[in-house]
Amino acid sequence: MLSKKQLFTRGMLDISPHMLSVIPFGIICGAIGVELGFNPYLVYAMSFIIFGGASQIVFLQLLSGGASSLVAVTSVGIINSRHLLYGAVLSEYLEKLSFIKKLLISYVIVDQGFAESNKFFKKNKSEEYLHYHLIGTGCTMWVCWQIATLSGIILGSFVPEELGLKFAIPLTFIAIVVQDLKKIDHVIVMITCGLSSLLFFDAPFKSYIIISPLIALFVASLLLRLKK
Amino acid sequence: MTLVSIIFAGILTYFTRMTMVALISREMLGDKVKAVLEYVPSAVFPAIIFPGIFINDFGTFIEMNDPKIFGALVAVIVGYFSKNIIATILAGLVSYWFLIFVIFS
Repeated sequence: MLSKKQLFTRGMLDISPHMLSVIPFGIICGAIGVELGFNPYLVYAMSFIIFGGASQIVFLQLLSGGASSLVAVTSVGIINSRHLLYGAVLSEYLEKLSFIKKLLISYVIVDQGFAESNKFFKKNKSEEYLHYHLIGTGCTMWVCWQIATLSGIILGSFVPEELGLKFAIPLTFIAIVVQDLKKIDHVIVMITCGLSSLLFFDAPFKSYIIISPLIALFVASLLLRLKK
Repeated sequence: MTLVSIIFAGILTYFTRMTMVALISREMLGDKVKAVLEYVPSAVFPAIIFPGIFINDFGTFIEMNDPKIFGALVAVIVGYFSKNIIATILAGLVSYWFLIFVIFS
């Protein structure tokens, strides 16, 4: 049985490689906000209040492009609606927690943290304090994201644009799913999602980010039926 | 951009994170649903990966000889065999940089 501290540390260690892509992306995100002419305090407030990388950039870009606040807020909600799926998966492991703890832990659920903690949970179902792993991944992400976006806001885009570091984001997610390429059913689900995301990329409010996972999950349910 | 719109966006985002964790219990999800939820990572992350590779900053498709496609392929191969996140990201970036700074420059 691992202690709370050991699980927290394990979570920190498991997510830290992803900081290689998260930190440059955070710097870019902060710098873009200032470059687009927004109040630096408000740009930082987003990292604290919304705390969702891609959605923050879309929010800034939509508003600077003249979209209404309603459109921008709706887009953020739709982009982040994928967390509903993460929550549904994690709920099984967080069930025993008190309602207040569930409310607090929810704030730090992020893509990479969900991915790494979910992998850990599946292998260590019997651990009593499992959720400390999720707190470890989430808090590491939170601290790095605050520091990275703040540096971008204060120092500007000191990451040279020619390096194309935004490309590190798809790479970080490739690292997350690549081992599942061994399983043919997962490959089919991934390709379905990927192709749907390209097909629906121009759908309103960036809704491709939730439409394509739903299509892929539908395909997954068909595959499960075939397996039987 | 006002603080009010950021707060609304933040509340909405928080609800997407909290709803399922706080309001759903194990009994509410049947075995079938749980089996489908096993696929969530494979069903969600390609929606971040594919547009990040195949669609450029202006929202249009890239050419088939774009260095990002090569970088992504290298990352998949290195990631598959190394099982190492840092190696995967670096392999993708370095091969991408090699193409844009050495070959195509």
